[in-house]
Amino acid sequence: MTRAAPVAAAAAAPAGRAGGAGLARRLAHGAPAGMKWLWLAGLAVALALPLLALFGQAWFDQAGNWALPARMAELAANPNFVPLLGRSLAVSLTVAALVVPLAFGFAYALQRSRVAFKPLWRGIALLPLFAPSLLPGIALVYLFGNQGIFKGTFGAGGIYGFWGIVLGEAFYTFPHALMVLMAALSLADARLYEAARAMGASPWRTFLTVTLPGARHGLFGAACLVLTLVVTDFGVPKVVGGGYPVLALEAYKAVVGQQQFARGALIGMLLLLPALLTFGVDVAMQRRQRAQMSSRAQVYVPGRDRLRDAACLLVVLAVGGALLLVLAAAVGASLVRLWPYNLQLTLAHYDFDNMDGGGWLAYRNSLKMAALTALAGTAAIFLGAWLTERTRGPAWLHGALRAGFMLPMAVPGLVLGLGYVFFFNAPANPLHALYGTMTLLVLCNVAHFYTTGHLTAAAALRQLDGEFEAAALSLGVAPLATCWRVTVPVCLPALLDIFRYLFVSAMTTVSAVVFLYSPDTVLAAISVLNMDDAGDTASAAAMSTLILLTSALACLLLLGAARGWLRRTQAWRAPAH
Amino acid sequence: MQAGESAPGRAFLAVEQVSKRFGGAGGFQALDGVSLSVAQGELLCLLGPSGCGKTTLLRIIAGLEREDAGRIHAGGRELTGLPPQSRDYGILFQSYALFPNLTVSQNVAYGLPGRGMGRVHRDARVREMLALVGLDGSERKFPGQLSGGQQQRVALARALAPAPSLLLLDEPMSALDARVREHLRLELRQLQRRLNVTTVMVTHDQDEAMAMADRIAVMDGGRIAQSGTPGEIYERPASAFVAEFIGQANWLAGRRSGRDTFRVGEVELAVSPACAGAAPEHATRLCCRPEAVRLQPAEGEPNRLLARIVDETYLGSRYRLMLAADRLPGITLFADVLREQRHLLPAPGSHKFWVALPSQALQVFA
Repeated sequence: MTRAAPVAAAAAAPAGRAGGAGLARRLAHGAPAGMKWLWLAGLAVALALPLLALFGQAWFDQAGNWALPARMAELAANPNFVPLLGRSLAVSLTVAALVVPLAFGFAYALQRSRVAFKPLWRGIALLPLFAPSLLPGIALVYLFGNQGIFKGTFGAGGIYGFWGIVLGEAFYTFPHALMVLMAALSLADARLYEAARAMGASPWRTFLTVTLPGARHGLFGAACLVLTLVVTDFGVPKVVGGGYPVLALEAYKAVVGQQQFARGALIGMLLLLPALLTFGVDVAMQRRQRAQMSSRAQVYVPGRDRLRDAACLLVVLAVGGALLLVLAAAVGASLVRLWPYNLQLTLAHYDFDNMDGGGWLAYRNSLKMAALTALAGTAAIFLGAWLTERTRGPAWLHGALRAGFMLPMAVPGLVLGLGYVFFFNAPANPLHALYGTMTLLVLCNVAHFYTTGHLTAAAALRQLDGEFEAAALSLGVAPLATCWRVTVPVCLPALLDIFRYLFVSAMTTVSAVVFLYSPDTVLAAISVLNMDDAGDTASAAAMSTLILLTSALACLLLLGAARGWLRRTQAWRAPAH
Repeated sequence: MQAGESAPGRAFLAVEQVSKRFGGAGGFQALDGVSLSVAQGELLCLLGPSGCGKTTLLRIIAGLEREDAGRIHAGGRELTGLPPQSRDYGILFQSYALFPNLTVSQNVAYGLPGRGMGRVHRDARVREMLALVGLDGSERKFPGQLSGGQQQRVALARALAPAPSLLLLDEPMSALDARVREHLRLELRQLQRRLNVTTVMVTHDQDEAMAMADRIAVMDGGRIAQSGTPGEIYERPASAFVAEFIGQANWLAGRRSGRDTFRVGEVELAVSPACAGAAPEHATRLCCRPEAVRLQPAEGEPNRLLARIVDETYLGSRYRLMLAADRLPGITLFADVLREQRHLLPAPGSHKFWVALPSQALQVFA
């Protein structure tokens, strides 16, 4: 009882609480409520209104009359439309049939076998993410085109057309499918495998009855993702499509080349359908999948199996080799004087200021846009996730925000870009001044890539103790102060992941921003498109290579810096000594 | 101070007719017109099975949930509708909710103003609080480097540092292993008494409630089934639910056969007039604690039965006997006997002896 006296005295005269008093205190505690409305307004401007503008463009004629049925009839009656639709479907289904099994094999090798050098294979497989979707098209031209090394491979028509698009899209979509399937195969309950072995099931039967059903959702998700990416991409068809036009390219041409906005909007709306459909099915399936992995599951560790490992190594080598071949063709062609006739090394194709397409300005703009997108996007995405996951508020508002954060996943870049054109380029819009500016490009990118970042942030935030904010509130500390002092430092790894993802995505994107740049804000990936259009294929390859290098380097630098930074600031993560 | 002493005096915290329903009209009634009051310096324990509404009530007092109806006062101030930061309480969560990236002293200082001159006072207060919970010397450690019991003390020091007038404890012991729990239970109680801070604790553990509380409010289905000192709750449970929830009991099905008598099987049992009078006319259940069963009673005692030991369980300081009485077929009676008196009784088997269910120990419920 010796310590009792001073404490009792202190208790009698309250020591006061943190956070100041009066108006400042009320503002600090009320901030999250206001921020939610701000985020809702942001979603409206960056997502909902542009989409509505797209619908408006497609549904109404210039006088404001309902014109959807007539336009649909007109589109369907066009003798080109049904073949266009058929070609888009044929290409995307073929790519999905090619990529999903290969990506599954690759993911299986990385997650469920004992193949050596896994980080290396994973790095190679993810390389296409660092390049714009135009790079595989250009590389295919160098490999199989009229002057390509393997020019006879695809018969008289050459690579231009169906097979060119399929191979280019396969390269472009492979890492996307791989990431989905790796996530699906990362969760395995060892108890199921032990049970199968105890009951005498053969490895093949175990694969069919345990592994495949467990990855069913991932397989479906990967197939949907590939279909959506292929249907809405116009980069690859533009470069190697030749006389094989597809829907996405048609929408792009309608708006950029022919100023047929209504037609572009209508096709854009059609392209939104498969994405929305797969998104809905995916959400429904995730709800069912959740219960399958119980918290008592044991982590599965692959055992020794020479046959399986040899087969896996074969898959990894074949796929990795093919991906590297495509990359090497683009990089190689950019470094020689005239492929394939004069193989003397040169940097002449990197002299962008003497080419059409924007020159080095485009590259600087891209760097600036990627950095701004990463900065603004990380802040917006993390705070948005924090508002919905960690603060209290009306359920309907949180629901609306969450739905808004998930929606970008279902909106292809092409569709979003078209929506931005119709919304921000409308002369009556007070935000019209933003059109063509860097601000709008950044806004569009943040909206385009929002969902992936949001899912990362929300997952990290949900792992925190559920009572952090309540404990801080009881101590009189405002939520935003706790967010800054505790939540952000604890979630730093997730924040850095989001930053990296946004930077690389903004560096390589073409689909949405192609409708929004001005001569002052031309971008590197767009200059690839323009230089290829102008026949400067080697320079297009050079710029693609530069983008690839920049993204990969930025990624490595950020990873390295993050590791060092985390080591210095996150001493608390170290285990107890 | 003595254990179990209730602190009389005016109520510090008053909860009046608080109701809460989750999930709209078809939802779940978590609280149904709950009223209670806690005196200055008293430790009130909200006890009940999961889903009884105890945690919801605590969160409503803390301002973390909004009540649908009712009022809350504390220290002469109306708290109804106030946000958590304006309520002046400290809270200790089941998970402790310590900030993992802040050191022990940063955690404790989290709620203290620290600009300018405040800094000196703050540092002094942190040292004082850490000394109070016996953690001096751990200032620079991170929560992840502490044991569960130490983490709990840091969380307690953090909650008490701003000198709140009310302390809320949400299942404070449930994350600890059994041995640490008993020890910390005592420490927490001593600290609470020393600071004389009004405290509301939520628990589902009846032993914890008995050991720590001045008063216990047993909750069931969103209502308070009974509130009183641990002794009152145990010895005079107000309902069958309370009697069943607290401690062990023998339950006998029967019906009233006279003013103060009940018929159970072939036996007529006498019940104390006070208890029988208070019980409803159609009461059907009698209850008797195992330690109240009289073994080898004197000749003249009421409610005597001839029984034999069927089986027994060794509980350290005592044995729990399972008895079969001739005239109560199909019923196993539980009775406790101290270890040093066990030898006075026969071994399990057919050997019979007298037991009695004392009339003043029999409770009657509907």
